[in-house]
Amino acid sequence: MRKIINEMKVRIPARSTNEAVMRGVVSAFCAELNPTVEELGDLRCAVSEAVTNSIIHGYRDLPEGKIGYIYISLRLYDTREISVEISDNGCGIEDIEKAKRPMFTTGCGERCGMGFLVMESFTDSLTVKSKPNRGTTVLMRKILKP
Amino acid sequence: MEDLYFKEDGGTLTVCLFGDIDHHVAKGMRERIDLTLACKKPELLIMNFSGVSFMDSSGIGLILGRSRMCEQLGARLRITGVSDSTRKLMQLSGIEKIKNISVSQ
Repeated sequence: MRKIINEMKVRIPARSTNEAVMRGVVSAFCAELNPTVEELGDLRCAVSEAVTNSIIHGYRDLPEGKIGYIYISLRLYDTREISVEISDNGCGIEDIEKAKRPMFTTGCGERCGMGFLVMESFTDSLTVKSKPNRGTTVLMRKILKP
Repeated sequence: MEDLYFKEDGGTLTVCLFGDIDHHVAKGMRERIDLTLACKKPELLIMNFSGVSFMDSSGIGLILGRSRMCEQLGARLRITGVSDSTRKLMQLSGIEKIKNISVSQ
């Protein structure tokens, strides 16, 4: 049985300045496992994508002046595994398979539709759960090299 | 610290990018690059990523958008100073296969 060696919960407003904040939090949290530069870079990138998705997609319909929250739950296991769960109470995703498709985006402007592709490629597993009008939860796991 | 630095040499406009590129900072970068691009109308735009410490897919969006802008202006786009982590993301996006973009170390 794997054991949890550390855990942390964060509740943070869905503001774009918090993308960098959450990358920093995740880096600090897994530092005790001494990840490689590549592993840490991958994890930071995956977290950045998930947080950005909540901000620009999840909470896109919020009225002006209202701010949603993002909930992040981090766990470190004695098996050198990190799990990162990122949730929002936003608009949800109607068709997850479609949303995961590379280059598909509902975002306007310059979104390239790579978010889920990056999360999937840069971690060891990705699970997405979503309910329209309720919110989305993304669970990512990464196992660090011994 | 400034996150963009522009250099002009003949028909070449170079923009050096610094720091983290995420969705939060990409918007400001985009506006300033496009303004300079429209003003200088170069034959070649070089985006130098050697000062970039972190980039997520917002950086890919930034490149794709500038590539479209360059195409409208009849300019070519060269991406330089690509680090290992940025390269991984660029390979995943397939950006190197776009015809008016060239990527080098």
